Amino acid sequence: MSPPLLGVEEEGGQSNVTLLGSSGSGSTMESVCQNSAELKERNYMGLSDCSSVDSSVSSPLPEGKKASLNLKATELRLGLPGSQSPERNPELCLLSSQLDEKPLFPLHPSSDGHCSASQKTVVSGNKRGFSDAMDGFSEGKFLSNSKVDVLLSPRPSANLGLKPGSVLENLGTQPTKAKEITNQKAVQDRPLAANETRPNPNASANNNNGAPATKAQVVGWPPIRSFRKNSLATTSKNTDEVDGKAGPGALFVKVSMDGAPYLRKVDLKNYSKYQELSSALEKMFSCFTIGQYGSHGTGRELLSESKLKDLLHGSEYVLTYEDKDGDWMLVGDVPWEMFIETCKRLRIMKSSDAIGLAIDFSFDGAFLSARSPKGRGKVQEPELDTFRHDFCYPSSSLSGGENMEGHSRFFLKG
Amino acid sequence: MESSKLKREKDSQISDELNELRMESSELKKAKDSPISDESYRRSSFPDEVLERVISLLNSHRDRSSVSLVCKDWYNMERWSRTHVFIGNCYSVSPEIVARRFPKIRSVTLKGKPRFSDFNLVPQNWGADVHAWLVVFAAKYPFLEELRLKRMTISDASLEFLASSFPNFKALSLLSCDGFSTNGLAAIATHCKNLTELDIQENDIDDKGGGWLSCFPESFTSLEVLNFANVTSDINFDALERLIGRCKSMRVLKVNRSVSLEQLQRLLANAPQLTELGTGSFSQELTPRQYEDLESVFNNCKNIHTLSGLWEVKGLYLPALYPVSTHLTFLNLSYAVLQSDELAKLLVHCPQLKRLWVLDTVEDKGLEAVGSNCPLLEELRVFPADPFDEEIVYGVTEAGFVAVSYGCPRLHYVLYFCRQMTNAGVATVVRNCPDFTHFRLCIMTPGQPDYLTNEPMDEAFGAVVKTCRKLQRLSVSGYLTDLTFEYIGRYAKNLETLSVAFAGSSDWGMQCVLAGCPKLRKLEIRDCPFGNAALLSGLEKYESMRSLWMSACNVTMNGCRLLAREMPRLNVEVMKEEGSDDDGRADKVYVYRSIAGRRRDAPSSVLTL
Repeated sequence: MSPPLLGVEEEGGQSNVTLLGSSGSGSTMESVCQNSAELKERNYMGLSDCSSVDSSVSSPLPEGKKASLNLKATELRLGLPGSQSPERNPELCLLSSQLDEKPLFPLHPSSDGHCSASQKTVVSGNKRGFSDAMDGFSEGKFLSNSKVDVLLSPRPSANLGLKPGSVLENLGTQPTKAKEITNQKAVQDRPLAANETRPNPNASANNNNGAPATKAQVVGWPPIRSFRKNSLATTSKNTDEVDGKAGPGALFVKVSMDGAPYLRKVDLKNYSKYQELSSALEKMFSCFTIGQYGSHGTGRELLSESKLKDLLHGSEYVLTYEDKDGDWMLVGDVPWEMFIETCKRLRIMKSSDAIGLAIDFSFDGAFLSARSPKGRGKVQEPELDTFRHDFCYPSSSLSGGENMEGHSRFFLKG
Repeated sequence: MESSKLKREKDSQISDELNELRMESSELKKAKDSPISDESYRRSSFPDEVLERVISLLNSHRDRSSVSLVCKDWYNMERWSRTHVFIGNCYSVSPEIVARRFPKIRSVTLKGKPRFSDFNLVPQNWGADVHAWLVVFAAKYPFLEELRLKRMTISDASLEFLASSFPNFKALSLLSCDGFSTNGLAAIATHCKNLTELDIQENDIDDKGGGWLSCFPESFTSLEVLNFANVTSDINFDALERLIGRCKSMRVLKVNRSVSLEQLQRLLANAPQLTELGTGSFSQELTPRQYEDLESVFNNCKNIHTLSGLWEVKGLYLPALYPVSTHLTFLNLSYAVLQSDELAKLLVHCPQLKRLWVLDTVEDKGLEAVGSNCPLLEELRVFPADPFDEEIVYGVTEAGFVAVSYGCPRLHYVLYFCRQMTNAGVATVVRNCPDFTHFRLCIMTPGQPDYLTNEPMDEAFGAVVKTCRKLQRLSVSGYLTDLTFEYIGRYAKNLETLSVAFAGSSDWGMQCVLAGCPKLRKLEIRDCPFGNAALLSGLEKYESMRSLWMSACNVTMNGCRLLAREMPRLNVEVMKEEGSDDDGRADKVYVYRSIAGRRRDAPSSVLTL
């Protein structure tokens, strides 16, 4: 857990610039910080560092353009579950309604600025109780926090600097490369500046001049004919879309791996059991091993606390997947057929963080009670009680307070 | 491919003969004027029939254009013998003018909209409707046999008109067109009794179902080319099977993805003579017996040299193709999601490959396999599988490109979509493959520099134009300054088509290109900082070009008006965006030479200045 905190703390010095920009009021920020300070005690994952969060967003953006884009990114978007930010990935919106049930993976560098959508929303969700109370408490902060984590993984490609969201990424404590890239982009953008200020209905010029922080696509770029675009769209459908379709269809899901700079897609229909999937992924990412649990795919494995630790220490990575409800589960718990029907996305997670997953399951008992009725492969309650004693906040805080109210909205969603 | 190579040789042979004839002709003229001319004239004259015969063997429309410029006699002989006319811009000339000049046309190729219409940059109702042409053709060319359209609008009514106006009609090819539905195809199938070719590719079709295929009468047997991959709805398979069964001369068959593997096997069993095959879906669950049948039917198709389709391909079944892959020269896997090892395994069996289209899911490793297995490769196109999904960062990189170049020295055509590239990589590629004629590199994030050095990609394209002297077509991308365009203007002396997006620093860049590339015919620019000065620097040039497109640049209405005023034989069209500020900027400018004057069918959003 410590690296991101460290990284974040380095930035502690610079703070609040963007928040000011987005919230427009210093006092708001202060209150935010104060509240986060309160949060600190409760937020196990240490995401409460208001300053750290701010700082990663706050590096002065070289251009007005970026600043305005950043403002957009930091606009208060998270609302009630189901409300949707138009600029966000639809996945994110799906997830936003499940925030309470997301395991927190704050340490997870994911492949790029948008990262596993869950990561972003989880972070936000943690604070959501507060965010509604605070003006201008921007989503961006949460995002940037997760981005900070992203920075910690070695990333070879500079083009990430040009991805939406990764604008935020570049602002953190990353290897100088990212910083240089940002600066370079600033320089590079100037020649094209002429296009930037123009109101362009195509939204093309403005978006492309090195500040593609918005997800708005450039019209007609990359230059691919519609027939090809449409054909590929139907080829790589999500599980949801393919469900109603009879006959052979591909079941493409995205696979991300922590620390890897890219995502892949696999067609789940190409495999008939977990072992096949595992070896295919192994080949693809060539440095990952699936934990021994659940490779038989039958029934539920009871994960005792010690067994879990053994497994996770034994292999460097574990394979998790996101199911239809937006929950992140360990792969292998359900029969294969059920798995491919519900799997929407795969993620190869560092086992050290999987421990965090287990802890997080236990962290908030309320989350658990919302989820346990489903009882699918999640860490069992008895172990969780143990964790609860160790880490949970005192019961008094559970009974009242804004944070609980904020959270309870999501409990009901379970 | 082979036949076109032969054609080129033949054409150049004929060109040589023509040159001799030309010289003789001019000598004859001189001889005629000199006092001792009579004797020598009679001795060295040759009948017009010979000249006509020679000219009639000319196929290249460029050679024919040259021939027609020699003298009036030659002009007339050429126009009477021309049977195929190619019109690169349907608005550069009117159908009446064409009909007046060429009375004996049997085959027409027409291109309409600017190329950027493929990427939704041109408004829907822009024009390029073929109907006016068809009406004139019906009157003047009742024996028309072939019509090939690219980026034109054609309605169902026009297709019906076509089907009923030309009794000898044989070949219809529609590429990247719009405005029609499957009902129009039904009309063609129903009425064109002599149809040999129906080639429907990458169009924007209103797909109303597959019933059109069943409209071919039972007595109909002449089809040789059938490509309906673009028309995705289910067709009646029995009708298709019967059609293939009775068209014994069929050589090109490209079905759509509704055709399953088992059905494909049945089709091929009846058509072992095919030379080009586009499969349907390649992922059905096959029993071992079915798989064997598939393998054996491919084994029987000894003539297939072009393979495409392979929708939803299951890597497991690719080995069924091995009997066919050994003599493949063109493999189009651009709709087949393959991983690197699957491609590698297949390519081991494709040593004769000259053209390969793939998706970037094969990654650099897949391209390494290309380099290792396909030494005869001349053309490579790598398409992005997820161009708009920004989470998928991977795909192919400079490594794959370089690997191909080491293994495929004959490579001369490349279309490469990637997310990262380096100057050094491109320089290595062109060092290994100096014969590029078409170099289209698309670094998908606009304005992206060399990802290792963070420098502009100027040196990459500099290397391309300096090394590849035969370069005809170039598409640039990445972060580029004016230096790229200086290089292009200085070195790309054979360049005919240039596509530029999100590049350049100032007017100077475009000026370099306009001043320096003598053979430039098509220039298309989007989202670049080129303004009026650049636009107007090409005043003299545009008449020697087919067209110029500039969108989202810094050109103003006044600049365009000036151009239009100075060059009356150019059509200067400005497309205004709805709701855009009227700040004098010209959002989209399309300039083209025309002897037909301004067009009369422009919609209200298009202003001809």
